[in-house]
Formats: sequence, C-alpha cells, structure tokens
Amino acid sequence: MTQQNRISGGQIDTSQTLKFTFDGKQYTGHPGDTLASALLANGVRLMGRSFKYHRPRGVLSAGSEEPNALVELRGGARQEPNTRATTVELYNGLLANSQNRLGSLKFDLLAINDRLSNFLTAGFYYKTFMWPAAFWEKLYEPIIRKAAGLGSLSLKEDPDVYDKGFLHCDVLIIGAGPAGLAAALTAGRSGASVILADEDFRMGGRLNSETFTIGDASGADWAAATVAELASLPNVRLMSRTTVIGAFDHGIYGAVERNNDHVATPDEGKPRQTLWRIYSKQAVVCAGALERPIGFENNDRPGIMLASAMRSYANRWAVAADKRVAIFTNNDDGHRAAADLHAKGVKISAVVDTRADAPRNNDYEVLVGAQVIDTKGRLGLTFADVRLADGSERTLECGALGMSGGWNPNVHMTCHQRGRPVWNDDLAAFVPGADLPAGMTVAGAANGDFSTAGAMASGVIGAKSALKAIGLKAKTTKLPQAEDAPINISAFWYVKEGKGRAWLDQQNDVTVKDVKLSHQEGFRSVEHLKRYTTLGMATDQGKTSNMGGLAIMAELAGKTIPEVGTTIFRPPYTPTAIGVLAGRARGQEFHPKRLTPSHHWAKEQGAVFVEVGNWLRAQWFPQKGETHWRQSVDREVIATRKSVGVCDVTTLGKIDVQGADAAEFLNKIYCNGFAKLAVGKTRYGLMLREDGIAMDDGTAARMAEDHFVVTTTTANALGVYRHMEFVRQCLFPDMDVQLISTTEAWAQFAVAGPNSRRLLQKIVDPEYDISNEAFPFMACGNITICGGLRARLFRISFSGELAYEIAVPTRYGDALMRRIMEEGAEFDVVPYGTEALGVMRIEKGHATGNELNGTTTALNLGMGRMVSKKKDSIGSILSEREGLNTDDVLMQVGIKPVDPSKPVPAGAHLMNLTGPVDADHDQGYVTSACYSPILGHHIALGFVKGGGNRKGEKMRLVSPLTKVETEIEIVSAHFVDPEGERLRA
Amino acid sequence: MHSLSPITALGGQTPKITTIGSINVSEIDSLALASIATRKGGKTVTEKVLKSMIGSVPAVGKTCSKGSFSGFWMGPDQWMITAPLETHETIADDLVAAVVSKASVTEQTGAWAIFDISGAAMPDVCERLCAVPIREMNVGDVCRTSIHQLGCFVTPMNSGNTLRVVGPRASARSLYHAIEVAAKSVA
Repeated sequence: MTQQNRISGGQIDTSQTLKFTFDGKQYTGHPGDTLASALLANGVRLMGRSFKYHRPRGVLSAGSEEPNALVELRGGARQEPNTRATTVELYNGLLANSQNRLGSLKFDLLAINDRLSNFLTAGFYYKTFMWPAAFWEKLYEPIIRKAAGLGSLSLKEDPDVYDKGFLHCDVLIIGAGPAGLAAALTAGRSGASVILADEDFRMGGRLNSETFTIGDASGADWAAATVAELASLPNVRLMSRTTVIGAFDHGIYGAVERNNDHVATPDEGKPRQTLWRIYSKQAVVCAGALERPIGFENNDRPGIMLASAMRSYANRWAVAADKRVAIFTNNDDGHRAAADLHAKGVKISAVVDTRADAPRNNDYEVLVGAQVIDTKGRLGLTFADVRLADGSERTLECGALGMSGGWNPNVHMTCHQRGRPVWNDDLAAFVPGADLPAGMTVAGAANGDFSTAGAMASGVIGAKSALKAIGLKAKTTKLPQAEDAPINISAFWYVKEGKGRAWLDQQNDVTVKDVKLSHQEGFRSVEHLKRYTTLGMATDQGKTSNMGGLAIMAELAGKTIPEVGTTIFRPPYTPTAIGVLAGRARGQEFHPKRLTPSHHWAKEQGAVFVEVGNWLRAQWFPQKGETHWRQSVDREVIATRKSVGVCDVTTLGKIDVQGADAAEFLNKIYCNGFAKLAVGKTRYGLMLREDGIAMDDGTAARMAEDHFVVTTTTANALGVYRHMEFVRQCLFPDMDVQLISTTEAWAQFAVAGPNSRRLLQKIVDPEYDISNEAFPFMACGNITICGGLRARLFRISFSGELAYEIAVPTRYGDALMRRIMEEGAEFDVVPYGTEALGVMRIEKGHATGNELNGTTTALNLGMGRMVSKKKDSIGSILSEREGLNTDDVLMQVGIKPVDPSKPVPAGAHLMNLTGPVDADHDQGYVTSACYSPILGHHIALGFVKGGGNRKGEKMRLVSPLTKVETEIEIVSAHFVDPEGERLRA
Repeated sequence: MHSLSPITALGGQTPKITTIGSINVSEIDSLALASIATRKGGKTVTEKVLKSMIGSVPAVGKTCSKGSFSGFWMGPDQWMITAPLETHETIADDLVAAVVSKASVTEQTGAWAIFDISGAAMPDVCERLCAVPIREMNVGDVCRTSIHQLGCFVTPMNSGNTLRVVGPRASARSLYHAIEVAAKSVA
C-alpha cells in the first residue's frame, strides 16, 4: 500500500522501508516513524474505539499525552495493551491491533453504547444498577467490564526481562527540547556530571517539529548538532527513550528507559526496559508544554487533532494529516500549523480563529471571530460546521482539523511533592509554583517561557542556578539567535453552542455535559469532579483534558480557575509497566535464597526442600519405594530414635556476644539467669518482649568468660539480633558488649540418637573426651575434628535424644555431612529433615514458633518459674500483670485422641465435652500436631485454660471450618522420655 | 592436617570464573576474614593492632592494606580484616592473641561470599546492582549497600577496574545470579 499522505522533508530515513501490520493489514513506513505517523502516512485515521461509547477515534496528539490512539502492541506473550501509537517507534515487523471493540474496528458492535449515551452519563453506574443488589456482582459488573475497559492482557508470562539500576549526577535535566539542550550545554561545558533524559527517541523536543531556525540552522539541525556535542562530553550521559516518571525525596527521580521497545524481541539477556533511580544534586525540569484542545460538538472524530501534532506530523514525520485541513484556534500557534502545511502544499480549508483580531498572513482564508460548532464523518472527519462572526453558518470540507486552545506548561514533576501550580493570566495557564521540591529548578516552556529564544535562555539560567547551588562555576554559553514571538492568546475553553456532546477527556469519554451534570449534582471540589466523572483518570491522566474541565467547573461555580485549583499530580508521569517496577525480582528470583552448607549433598539425596524464611531446608529425604511423605518422615524419626540421625541446623540464628559485660547483657536479654553460667556450659534461655510476652527461645553457650554464642530460632534470627542491638545501643550503652551475627560462618549439624556419641567419637579428634562424664548434657566447647579442623561441640537436644550439635567453618560443612554419613553407616545413620525434627520435638514437648506465637507468656508455655525474680530482665515486670496470671490462664499441654485412629488437626479449638461450640465457650487451641510413629497415633501440643490441672480430662476438639469434631484427652506435653533420661544418657 | 575438603560459596571444588562479554566475574575463595570490634577502654590497643596489621585504622567508608592484609570499616568501632586463607586460616585466633581482650574478634571466613567484577564496563554492571555512586568511588573506598535484597560491602580495586562484592555466603548463588544477569545486560 502506498503512503498516500507522505510528503517531502522530515526526519525520517526514506531510503529504508519498514513493514508493519495493523489490524491484520500490512503497511510500510520508515525508520524515524512512530506507529501513529506511519498509519497517518498510509491514510489510516481510525486507530481505536473510545472507552465507554466506543466512538471511532484517531490520534489527538503526537506524543505521550495521547488519549485515543491506544493499541495492543506485539503479539503472543509479548502483547502489551494500551500502548500509545504516538510513542511507539516503528520497527520492521511491528504488529499492532486496535483494542476495545467487538467485531472489527470499523464495525464495532459495542458502538450501540453511543446510541445509549443518554443513559450512560457520568456516574450512571452509581444510579442505574442499584437494584436488585445481588445482580451487581453476577450481572451488571461483568457486563460493564466487558463493554468498557481498554486493551486486554495476554495472560501469559512476560518472556522479557527488566532491569533496575541506580545513577548519580550533579545535574539531572528532564527534557531535551530547546531549554533542556541549552541547560545541558551550560552544565556539561562547565564540567558538572549531567544526565539529560528525554522520553523521545530523538532529542530536540519541539525543535524537531517546528520550522523555526536557530542561528543559521533549522531547529532540528541545531538540536542534532548540540546532541552531538553533548555526546562528546565524558561528563554528560544522554538518555533518550527515557521518561522521568516521578520526583521523590532528596533529589531522587524515577526514570524508565525503554532499552528495547523499538525492536520486536530483545537480544538474549538484554532488558526490554530499565527502571532507574537517579540521585541528583540538582534537577532542571525542562519538560515543555502540552497543547490544549478546544471543546465543541463532535470534536473527537478521527482527523481532529492538536494543531501542534499536525505540525509535528508534517515537519518531523513528513506526513500530511490529510490533503485538506482546517484549523480552529484561539492563539497565534494555530496559524503556524496552517502556514507550515500550506507551505508543504496541503490545502487549507480555512483557519477558524475565535479572536476578533486574528492575524492574516497567508493566502488562505482566516475566519475571524468564528467558532467550529459541529463536525461530520462517521469514521473520520469530512466536514466542519463553523459559526461565523456575523452569526451565519458555514461548512468547511476537510479531512483533518487542527485545534489550538493554548498551551499548558508541563508542571507535573514540580507537583509530585504536593506543590501547587499558580495561575498565569497572560498565558491563560498554570505555571510551576514556588514550592518546588528541594534542588529543582524549572526552565523553558515548562516554566511558561514559550518562545524558542525564551526557552533556551531560561535553560541556561536554570543550569547556572543548579551549578551555583552545588558550588560549580558556570562557563558562559552564548546562544544563537532564535524565534522570540510574544504570546498572543485569548482564553477559550469550549464552544457553548450545540446540544450534542463536546469531548473533554477523550480516553474516558467525559464531555462538557458530564462536568455540568457533576456540578448540578453538587460536586464542588475538583477532586470530586474528577472521581464522579472520571475526568483525567485514564491512562493519560488527563494531560489534554483536565484544564478544560477545570475551566468549565470554574465558570459554573462563578469562580476563577485558580480558585478551583488543580487535582493532585502523582507519579508516574506516564503509564509504567509492572514488569519494570519488579525488575529482576520475579519467579524463582523474587527474593534471594539461602542455601545450607549441606544443600548440595541433600539435593544429591533427592531431598524435598521447604522455604523457611529465605532458607531452603530439607523437609525429608525420600528413599526408594517411599510414595508418601509420611513414610519418609516416620522412617527418619524411628531410625533416629533407634540409632542415630543427622540434621542440618545451620539455619538457626547464631549471635556472637563478647565483652566484659557479655554475661550481664544476657541477664537482661533472657528472663532466666545467665550470669553464673559456667564456661563450657550451655543453657536454654527464654527472651521476653517488653510487654512480658515471649519473643524467642534458644540457647546460650559460654565459650569463655567474656564470650557467648547465642542461638535463636530460624525464623526470628534477624528480629532477635535487631532486638539485641537495640538493647545494646539504646538501653545499656554503657555495657561493654559487642555483637555480630555468625549464622552463616558456621555449618552446624544436629547428631541425635542413642548412637550419636559413638558416631561422633569416630569424628572428634581423640584428645577430646566426649564421654558422658567428660562432656555431659548441656556441655559445650571448642574441639578439633578429622585430624585438626577447628570445631565447636554443644551437647544440646531438640529431639529429646542423646544429641549433640557440631559446628565447623561453613566451607567444610558439605564435607562434614558426607563424613558423618560415611562414619555413621555402621550405625545405620539417617539424615532427617524439618518434618522429622518437628515430629520429634512435639513428641518431646518442646515449644517452637507455633507456641511462641506472639500472644503467649512464659507461664502459658509452662515456664513461668523461669522468669527470675532475683534480677531485672526485659519483660519480667510486665509478665507479672494480673491479666496474664489468672487461675484459668492458658497452659501448654499435650493432646491425644481418645480413638487412636483419629487425627488431631492443628488450629482446632478445644471445647468442653458438653455445651455450646462457640467463641464464648472456647477452652483453648491446638498449636502443633503430628503423627507420632513412636506412639502409633496422632499427638498434638496446645494451650488449654487451666491446663496444669486438667490432665486426664476428656474434651472435644472442634474445627468447624473442616467439620472435624473429635474427642481428645489432655495429657502431659512430654510424650517421649518425660524424665529426660535419654538426653542425659 | 585435617581430612575435610572445603567447597566454595557457590558449591564448587574451585572458584567459579565467568566471562560475560568483556566482563569477568570471579568467585574469590582465597581469603580468611575476621571482624574486630573495640571493647570499652580498648581503643589504643585495637588501633595499634590495626596499624600494625593493615597499616592504619580505616575511617568510615574506607579500606586500607598492608602487604597481603587488608581491612575495611564495617560499623562504629568495628572493622573486617582479610588475609590470604592459605597462610592465615586462623586469622581470628591470631587477632585474639594480639588484642588481649581489648577487642572482640569473631571468625567470619565462612560467613561471606566474595565476587570480583572486572572490566571496563564494571561501573555499568555496578549501576544495575546497587545504589553506590560507583563513578565517584576510588580505590580505598568501601560502601555498605543492598544487592538483590542482600546486605553487601562493595569496594573498587585494581585501579578502579574491579569491583569487589562481599555478600552473605548462604545467598552466594542468588548474589551471583544478580551479578550475572546485570553483566549480561551490559555485555
């Protein structure tokens, strides 16, 4: 297909042709085109359907403010909805489809909504679908969602990768138009480290779209030469295709760089986009300005666009919006569009100017004091009806109509920290206020300096101001001569004539009437207007529509526009993919994993892993023939209790506590006493929170007078360390105590079972006597193993068996695990995982995180007497609160089913044998439950009111959610070896 | 000599060395580490030991070296000392003997994984890993930062062409993965 609207000139490479497909039809374009410019070049004006009424829509703009020309870009898993055709850089093989339609784009069946528009005004769903209530979720909402909405998701995993990164600079310049380039030149030549970011793939901003000259060169050529000079400066980083999306605290800006959006498929390993966090000492916002449309009846037909966009298409992309165009303007800029297109041989039907003093500079018609009152054309503009100054009506034949309602400085970035823009009457626009984020200056059109010369000059001033703020001297930058036309505008927001719909927010289908309805229904705050009508709530965030809505609201309320004010501007400036916010943190790499020292060995054994915090722990080790996890776990428990088992317990937190006051410090941290613990001994310790509730438990081993090794539970390792640091630094800063985590420095293994000593005796060097007499229960010490490797040995037991924990420097953990298995073969040693570990600790009645659940006290846990009265420790006072020490306080107990074949579900609640089953009659709950292969039935730990006196009592165990009701008996929590004979053996 | 063979943080018998484009990522398994923290009244002795061992007392955000020993600032009154593992595996014991209870010494060799990222594009890789101002950092600087949610120390070395990353050993694979994908982005 020929590019029938392609004209000469522009900044595209016509020596190369690119093929692309839109709605299944193939077209051609050139490098430098956007999807929108290429479609227009091919005579395609109809690019999408509107949100609510499914009105036919084409491009309104030529930039990121585009509300209408949204497409589903690419296909398959890479399909991306709501992509603005105006910012999509054309590449060979590009695939795009129109969206939000039922049927074809030309014959969208949901266009019926346009006929029902009287029923679909602002807030219609708040009023229309109120009854019957049950219909909302099942009927109304699905239908509305089907009819409205924009693009669709592929529902497939995004195959591309996204990066995150961090940049630092002296001066960040946001926008590379005339102001941004002048600012970058000034700062770059002065030696500052500069980042110049621009959302476009070609830097230059409006210079690429206008025919003004700068010095002897065209604006575009000057921009290209300036960019080339900046690229040669090592202290300047040029970032095109990079949108600064937000201004955050302390000079930090978020920016999305589209690294590979301009290719079909990024190279392997290369990111599609990168989210940069830019740390700037100073920032100069040169974000330019956006032209405003004008509200009039049927101002949304394909072919009706901003006059500045019309110039962009003609001058930058060599595309005539149509063979015959008209202009509707309230300022001189509209005339420039007519002049530029006229010069390129496009027929100008007329320039319709609302002003009585409109200029006449060319040999085409200017309709002075006139207004466009309506348009015609089903799928694209064909005619525009004009009310002339004398009251008569005239129809203009045109396939495109350029609107120019004035310009809005792009104040977005200046308001991200609640700054408010201020009204400028001369510009009829808001400009940045004085309450800018720290370190920010604004220059160019973003600051209301609309002429080219004015923008460049203010860019230089902005850069100088930034340099001065960081103590750098600016070198003189001489600017070439440039256009410096004054602003000549007469505020004009919408045409009052006509009963039809005049569109304000084209993406969300909000009309002038909707704003009036909102006012009529009592919404006076601009924020309420926004939410009731959805004005400015679409993906374009109302960049082309908010101002019109505010102006109409002001008129209706009898206020000035600044009295009405603006809504809050929030990041991101343009729609941002969730993928780039996630970066590499997705799937298996969502968070880092921690591998135990024996991980590789365990993997070789086919271990099944479970995530505990970030740790991957072996849950059980299936053996051949085992088809159910219970078979593996039961075997591991039985083998360990019968002979010996080994478990990697490196994950338990280890904190090195040293210093002259180390013992006194532990005395404060733990509720039980530690000051008198002998060197070479380990003690179980319980930590309380300030409020007397149990925080964590573990052991502290005294390796020397001034050296303890504290262990914590795996889950609480970080929290306990943080707590201890708080206590050290804030509560007892005078104590001589130093802390450091050694969790990962030592590989630690529990070796448990009646043969554990015999096994370890084969590994521990013979000079160390680990007999029961020399190394009794709760002993600890530094030893050597395997011929001289330094190690630590602790005689502690979580399983209730004769057991040790042996630690070696982490790098030897793998080898030690293998050696234990080799040496233990004669004892039928088994590795056991966290499930068997859990079963054995329940059998023994040892509490863990399930019991230390943030609501339980030492008393609840059956350790009330451990809270020493002879000393002050954290939480001891508040643990004495009356409410925590009542006669019927919850106490930890053992639970077993009366019928041994019945399971005991964790989380179930305990009720008396008779009486109601409800919260008022709750007697307690189950915290941990398992099948005990040693006892041959299920067992559990739990809390029951007054538990100490209820042993032997039968109760009902109920789980209403799982519909379980079982009779159980309250028993001792120590199911196995209640006297502790095994662990002392 | 004991009979247990060590493995590296990445689980290999030898350190992993990877070339990705012009970037080299090397696992460093040849360093012994120990932390040293001043005890109350121990400033003079601790500083004397530090000066003797690594040449000076590293200030906040600084490293220093003397011979094969290096050290960097970890926190208030706390430093990390490194030395060749082959000759100084018992560096912690040596330090304990030197500070005579005036400082707390803890063996850290097994707690950390170390990776060196080398090549002209090292700063580009670093920018995709962490928030340190790498282009403003010099040899002798060290910064604590977060890489892929992991607390790490980073320090430029070898005339600034190499970045040494010291991160938690148990997460060595995740840390290496983060470095690898960042290097692929840049390569």
